[in-house]
Amino acid sequence: MNFELTEERQMLQDSLRRFLRDHQKALQASTLLGAGGEEGARGFDAEIWRKLSELGVIGALFSEADGGFGGQGFDLTTVFEELGRAGAVEPVLDTGVLCGSLIADLGNKDQRAFLADLIEGNLQLALAHGEANSRYDLAQVEALAKTSADAIVLSGRKAVVVNAEAADVLLVSAREDGASGAEEGISLFLVPRGTAGLSLRGYPLMAGGRAAEVDLDEVHLPLSARLGERGQAHEALLRARARSEVALAAETLGAMETAVDLTKEYLGTRQQFGRPIGTFQALQHRMAQMLIELEQARSAVINAAGHLESPSTAERDLQIAAARNLIGRAGRLIAEEAIQMHGGIAMTQEYELAHFAKRIIMADHRFGDTDTQLERFIDLSAA
Amino acid sequence: MDLSYSPEEERFRAEVRQFLEQKLPAEMSEAMRLGRSIGKEGHDRWHAILNEQGWLAPNWPVQFGGCAWNAVQRHIFEEECCRAHAPRIVPFGLSMLAPVLQKFGSKAQQDHYLPRILSGEDWWCQGYSEPGAGSDLASLKTRAVREGDHYVVNGQKTWTTLGQYANWIFCLVRTDPDAKQQQGISFLLIDMDTPGIEVRPIILLDGTHEVNEIWFTDVKVPVENLVGEENKGWTYAKYLLTHERTNIAGVGFSRAGLEAVKRMARAQMHRGRPLIENPHFAARLAQAEIDLMAMATTNLRIISRAAAGQAPGVESSMLKVKGTEIRQEINDLARRAAGVYAMPFASEAVESGNEPGLGPEGSEAVAAQYFNNRKLSIFGGSNEIQKNIIAKVKLGGRA
Repeated sequence: MNFELTEERQMLQDSLRRFLRDHQKALQASTLLGAGGEEGARGFDAEIWRKLSELGVIGALFSEADGGFGGQGFDLTTVFEELGRAGAVEPVLDTGVLCGSLIADLGNKDQRAFLADLIEGNLQLALAHGEANSRYDLAQVEALAKTSADAIVLSGRKAVVVNAEAADVLLVSAREDGASGAEEGISLFLVPRGTAGLSLRGYPLMAGGRAAEVDLDEVHLPLSARLGERGQAHEALLRARARSEVALAAETLGAMETAVDLTKEYLGTRQQFGRPIGTFQALQHRMAQMLIELEQARSAVINAAGHLESPSTAERDLQIAAARNLIGRAGRLIAEEAIQMHGGIAMTQEYELAHFAKRIIMADHRFGDTDTQLERFIDLSAA
Repeated sequence: MDLSYSPEEERFRAEVRQFLEQKLPAEMSEAMRLGRSIGKEGHDRWHAILNEQGWLAPNWPVQFGGCAWNAVQRHIFEEECCRAHAPRIVPFGLSMLAPVLQKFGSKAQQDHYLPRILSGEDWWCQGYSEPGAGSDLASLKTRAVREGDHYVVNGQKTWTTLGQYANWIFCLVRTDPDAKQQQGISFLLIDMDTPGIEVRPIILLDGTHEVNEIWFTDVKVPVENLVGEENKGWTYAKYLLTHERTNIAGVGFSRAGLEAVKRMARAQMHRGRPLIENPHFAARLAQAEIDLMAMATTNLRIISRAAAGQAPGVESSMLKVKGTEIRQEINDLARRAAGVYAMPFASEAVESGNEPGLGPEGSEAVAAQYFNNRKLSIFGGSNEIQKNIIAKVKLGGRA
């Protein structure tokens, strides 16, 4: 048994932590870029993105076979815990993990050429999969793909597509067979920005970054735009979601660490009734509870990351559902207690805790919330 | 023991309901229901409608223009207002300052300020908290030094709600720095147009501007703006705080919130079925409703005692804690119900209703409300302070 990071991952962690600390100001500014930005804005700092790729942050998300130097569960958690600690809003999750996994899994030789651009930081991607009625269910796809002799035509709407405006290429899912809710029949297509019939209604996100509603109005694509086999994308989507959930769990853990650190510091410095408020036992016990929950969350992330490459996808998904359910609960407790123990100052946009609380809480709305994870866990344990 | 309202109370409820159906502008009710801002104009308009009806100041004695409703009637009125999604009556002048002036103010102050509160000519804000004086309010440092016929005020107030709209502020200031903390504080009325006052916005975590910092630099305040006696301000402030705690349980808000969650959960599909049928979500929703049902009765027990002339004691602290916990839980349920559509930050265009919302109806404001209402357990005496009060009273002096 060994719970230490390998030397390579330790080095990556150190250099990433140092970089993020040195760029704290720029990172903080980029949390507001989405909100202040015009329609079509990126919502993140392109310079930070470039430097992250130079540091190898994106390469660490891919195996050597895919042109990277990592790609395993603990590579993802090493990167994302640090990004979470720093509150970074750069779309490493969407471009790197979610879309990167799909291209690596499903891409043919030509399509896999995107991976090199991606790892070098020259490509932005977004997955346009969820729809207004799909909630957290990957099989609920109503958008349609119709194939003729020389073209594919997409029509439908996609909901809350994170990073859509910045994306050079969108990975769009659409149904080629079966009814909405069927796992069979879903395909993915590569749709370059600016393709006729593709339109975006962009908006900022509560926790930083941007997303868009995507309208597909008779989007004509060449036959070569299909990613993977016709109608067979569901399993790859499940795998990409599994990898993204491990990354997101680690990112949330990192944000929780920072929320706890800020609260600890505040309890030591804030004076009321002539003494630091951290000397009140009522608050000390609550701080202790936050620390206990934080260690639970850390172990849950380790469980999930350790099973990401499990030969059994059921075991993989059970561990991930467990981790995200636990983090959903522990995260809510930590975010809310951190705000409460700070008092009014935590309610301000200016004080950094607010951003971390938002990252923690809003993470619950991606890929499945706390209750959905509980449901998945129950289903998988019963199976 | 009888849980039902009397026939007169039911008649009163019908009268209130009819008034709201006729006079509450539909677009205002709609905006409130969807969690949109109605701005100063909206508040002013609703204020004027209520004033015309004579129902603006339910808690004021008749001689000052109030309607002399008892606690049960006030409760019914609040309940009906929430049910109809009426805007909240901005409380600073009407429910906070006015009772203090009516009890401790001079005849001249009553004659001058009270009619202007009713007419809406003056918009008051509250100058209590300071950066270093939150839960420990008595440690406030803003200084007022008497020089002839005026005070000179220097210092800083914070968390001043809607101070950007106010033309007057009532302030707690330190007039005797040598006295024991609570004993050197005075209650001053200050015209916001006086030179030396600066209002700086504080943007909250949901992007809204509802609170401010207010800076005082050598602000000259006429001595006739002192309420009551010098150095007795803490007594008046405590009196005011008991009024701040009326409707502290927020039963009506919680009921309206719960209805909104149910509406959304009926429309949102989860695994091919409406979310409201999902056992995990339904269980959370049911628990919140069960808690609310009991708290509503606790609230009525206290109101009915108040109507019989008994002042509420430690129970209002209990209501504040439970009431805010329930409201915050309902906000949490609302964001869960919205699913992925909790993630967007509603732009001003969507906020103001000029652009269609993105997700299911009512979803655009849920995340902002969830974060914004974290304030409920912080302001008006944090829940920790309320628990100190409960423990102190119930455990016999050991807090």
